Amino acid sequence: MPEVQLRKRVIVVEEVFHEGGPVAATPLRRAAALAVIHNPFAGKYVPEIAGFMEDLNPLGLEMAKALVAALGGDPKIVEGYGKGAIVGQAGELEHGALWHVPGGYAMREILGNAKAIVASTKKVGGPGTRLDVPITHINASYVRSHFDSMEVGIADAPKANEILLALVMTTGPRVHARVGGLKASEITGLDGLR
Amino acid sequence: MKTKIRKIVTFVEETRTEMGKPVNPPTRRAAAAAVIENPFAGNYVEDLTELMEIGEELGALLTERAVAALGILGAFAESYGKAAAVGENGELEHAAAILHPKLGTPVRKTLGKGAALIPSSKKRGGPGVALDIPLGHKDAAFVRSHFDGMEIRINDAPRANEIVVAIAVTDSGRPLPRVGGLTKDQIKGEDGLR
Repeated sequence: MPEVQLRKRVIVVEEVFHEGGPVAATPLRRAAALAVIHNPFAGKYVPEIAGFMEDLNPLGLEMAKALVAALGGDPKIVEGYGKGAIVGQAGELEHGALWHVPGGYAMREILGNAKAIVASTKKVGGPGTRLDVPITHINASYVRSHFDSMEVGIADAPKANEILLALVMTTGPRVHARVGGLKASEITGLDGLR
Repeated sequence: MKTKIRKIVTFVEETRTEMGKPVNPPTRRAAAAAVIENPFAGNYVEDLTELMEIGEELGALLTERAVAALGILGAFAESYGKAAAVGENGELEHAAAILHPKLGTPVRKTLGKGAALIPSSKKRGGPGVALDIPLGHKDAAFVRSHFDGMEIRINDAPRANEIVVAIAVTDSGRPLPRVGGLTKDQIKGEDGLR
């Protein structure tokens, strides 16, 4: 499979102190790592693309490490995660699906024992397209306080022949979470769901 | 601190290739943005001193955040810029009060020098509005390789009674500059222009 060609990387860190309610004792942080790569399958229908997933593993690991570093360097503070992709207009949605395995693998590898499926989304779009990356708790998908999302995008990407890859990590619940449901303290942690 | 901050977001962009050509070393820009309460939202207030003082606080805080995001010493920053987006219940003049009278001094203190004018832009807008922060060399405004801009946006800001204030700092100019003009090694650095 072709080599991964990286044009640009972006790191975004949000630190939320409040949202009109009491100021949080510990601000919520959300971080996104974005990578803009050449789409080796752009412009034509290529039947066999799955081999490219393995080629993306090193980039995924690099992005996951950069996220942990952007959040202070300790993987233990990461409580939520998500991933996504925006495929440039000369590509197909299926090219974005190539990110599921390497993106998820990379974050689990860096975070140790994360059990929950990594929430994800993808779309085809042009430069400046925004993506709402879904976020859930890293060990139990049903933890309601950690259902969240982070909007990401880059003004000049993805070009037609590019794919924008995204990984997101958060350090806690929504800043004023109060709609009940499973709490992080109640996780049994066996099945990745509850 | 006088400023009431709801949220701080930092952005780091690193360009590795442009038109398939390697950018060596990669160019890097960082922006730090604060989402603050507009103390004068909804009212015409003659005396804008409070916003000027807020500008002074944010000049220090956001420059420190941006430089930290690049992982460099302030003295190694090459270009800078500033911008503000005022929510719908505020005036453009509120952005001016933050950006122009007092914000620059702490920026320059953090960066060590900064003889050049800090290029700026401002607008009124709703949540998610894009800010194009103009960039220019910090010691000589005419350095053509460093004329640039950085787009940032925060999906949930500014709310009607808020202001987004952003400072951008780089350690480099455009990725592959080749339109001539004054170069950075020709800077005299006396008048802030050349």
